[in-house]
Amino acid sequence: MLRRDTFKYLASGSMVLISSLLKPITAFAKWNEVAFSAVDLDKAIAAYFPDQEIKESGEIAIGVHSVVENGAVVPVKIKTDLPKIESITIFVDKNPNPLIANFDLSPDCVGFISTRIKIQESSNIIVTVKSDGAIFSARTFIEVHEGGCG
Amino acid sequence: MASSIRLKTKTNNGVTTVRAIIRHPMETGFRIDNETSELVPTHYIKEVIVKHNDKVVMSCDWSRAVSKNPYLSFMFKGASTGDKLELSWRDNKNNADSIETRIE
Repeated sequence: MLRRDTFKYLASGSMVLISSLLKPITAFAKWNEVAFSAVDLDKAIAAYFPDQEIKESGEIAIGVHSVVENGAVVPVKIKTDLPKIESITIFVDKNPNPLIANFDLSPDCVGFISTRIKIQESSNIIVTVKSDGAIFSARTFIEVHEGGCG
Repeated sequence: MASSIRLKTKTNNGVTTVRAIIRHPMETGFRIDNETSELVPTHYIKEVIVKHNDKVVMSCDWSRAVSKNPYLSFMFKGASTGDKLELSWRDNKNNADSIETRIE
């Protein structure tokens, strides 16, 4: 009797432990807290793509205006012809947190993303593309007259 | 209440363009409220998922630096007119919304 109770106790205890471990993982499956809260571009990139070499590529087109008045709404269009695209990620080097947004694309997707982001001050926009398991990047400078993080 | 999401599609030569606008404040936590002179707490969408016939076709992880009332557009192949397309989002306060439409 005692032994059975002990087992029951252990079983329920371990169930609670397992469910409490799983909960935060299922809530935000992949949202990378460390990379999103990094305040430094290199650290954000390293946290998002650990131990990966990043190669510059001429096959990523970043469509932005080179000068913008209002940093609160900066349209960004990304096009790439790289093969087997798995994700497209946007970084802004001078923002308080350089990692802006990640887009995971299924194999049915075309290499294209269009969105609008906030930029605090004149910055480089760095776009990385995961293609066939490798990471490629491109960057472009954008002059911002009025910051968009306030 | 009206949905927070406007979702539109257009298919040309087998490629479907998806365009969405989500009504959301996307507060960075740096903005000061003019009336109370206090900082408005951080409030932003962290995750967006788009499903084509119940299969994830595109998903996003966002920071607070995506603009207010986020706009998103992407393109994918293999959809037919009338297929189901669903977009859902979840923010840092665990608010969520979703909308379903038919591919045009």
